[in-house]
Amino acid sequence: MAKRDTPMLDELLKGPYPSFVKELYKVQERKPMVQDLLGQLEDSYEERIGHWKHGGIVGVMGYGGGVIGRYSDLQDKYPNVAHFHTMRVNQPAAWFYTSDILRKIADIWEKHGSGLTNMHGSTGDMVLLGTTTDELEPTFQALAKEGFDLGGSGSVLRTPSCCVGPARCEWACYDTLKLCYDFTQEYQDELHRPFFPYKFKFKFSGCPNDCVASIARSDMSIIGTWKDDIQIDQAAVAEYAKAGMDIQADVIDICPSKCMKYDGEGIEVDNHECVHCMHCINVMPKALAPGKERGATILLGAKAPIMDGALLASVLVPFIDLNDPDEVEDLHELIGNIWDFWGEHGKNRERIGELIQRVGMSTFLEAIGLEPEPEMISAPRDNPYIFFKEEEDEEEEE
Amino acid sequence: MGAPSIDEIAEEMYQMVADSMGKKNLKSGDLSKAIQKKYPDVDRKMCKLAIRQLMDNGRCVYAYFGGSYIQLPHKEGAAND
Repeated sequence: MAKRDTPMLDELLKGPYPSFVKELYKVQERKPMVQDLLGQLEDSYEERIGHWKHGGIVGVMGYGGGVIGRYSDLQDKYPNVAHFHTMRVNQPAAWFYTSDILRKIADIWEKHGSGLTNMHGSTGDMVLLGTTTDELEPTFQALAKEGFDLGGSGSVLRTPSCCVGPARCEWACYDTLKLCYDFTQEYQDELHRPFFPYKFKFKFSGCPNDCVASIARSDMSIIGTWKDDIQIDQAAVAEYAKAGMDIQADVIDICPSKCMKYDGEGIEVDNHECVHCMHCINVMPKALAPGKERGATILLGAKAPIMDGALLASVLVPFIDLNDPDEVEDLHELIGNIWDFWGEHGKNRERIGELIQRVGMSTFLEAIGLEPEPEMISAPRDNPYIFFKEEEDEEEEE
Repeated sequence: MGAPSIDEIAEEMYQMVADSMGKKNLKSGDLSKAIQKKYPDVDRKMCKLAIRQLMDNGRCVYAYFGGSYIQLPHKEGAAND
């Protein structure tokens, strides 16, 4: 049990699910820092007030991100958590580790910090919780020796993250891990040195299932999709029917755009009406698969409700072939234009989606040099967010 | 007026940060915009290099107060001894 008297924290042990308190109790036996952490947390629960001071100038030499400064305002009572800084460590693409490297990271943190971790933070980084200012640089050096770098925090490019992609998923329409890694390398400067009005996030999803929820959680969302027809294995469809699946009720009737038919023998899809919702493919993975002409859709402007309300991303580039180096180069150029415009016109702590709302999408597209297209929409089956003027259409016809 | 060198840009930025300490927190973008207004031939890349030089030689540090700012190194107010 706790070294300090912590009756309110003890209550958390009585619930049906594992509690972080149980782990803290274990660690406090060897870490005085955790004993004080428990004490301060108990105080916070009793007083209903947080006792952490956040921010400041702590960090590692030359970097403006990766360390989140945290100090206790009860330093006299809990001196071992006077400093309790968090370190964000750039995770491997799609969070693949060997058990050996996990042991090494645990050893580094046991030596230099509290031993407490959060695997993983909501941005995707490994989060190492609680160390002192003096231990930041040694921890950074030890992590670097094992091939790890710090992630992003503050007004920087946050650590890019991706779904498992083709490493474990047959529906991946592009190599999310490779693109995530390439972007991380390409934008090292933006990741470590704050030059933006506020944070900027990339997230990479291999298919419209969007397992990393990039459409809601990243400023630039890169979601795999396909251009041609859904692949159908009619023999496998028959197997599903034979096994008892009610294909009409469970697949056809639920299709949001009603683009599918089932005649008792096979499935037919009107692919022009398909909105790539992935429902049918998810339900019948052996019979249906994304098409063969695969790439991604680029969306922009999502954010969680920290400053203003939450925003979902809107389509910026309807389709990009990520296997074509020229198209990827064009994407990097577009990102540079977006960041330039944002840097020039963005207010302090204004996300890119908020800037677009403020200046209007048409002004924004013109500024970044992107031609409007009818496929630029804010949601499937929606009208384009660009209104094409009649006179322009007439001019084009002439 | 000709474009200044990276060293000269860094020096001007340093002075801006020093003059604003305790009065206003400056962001990288604030420094960059001020320099580009004064020297139209200077691009953002040069400004980035100048800021990087200030950080790498320890003359300035990044600070976080809701957003990321640039300050002169100082004792952390929140870090009691």
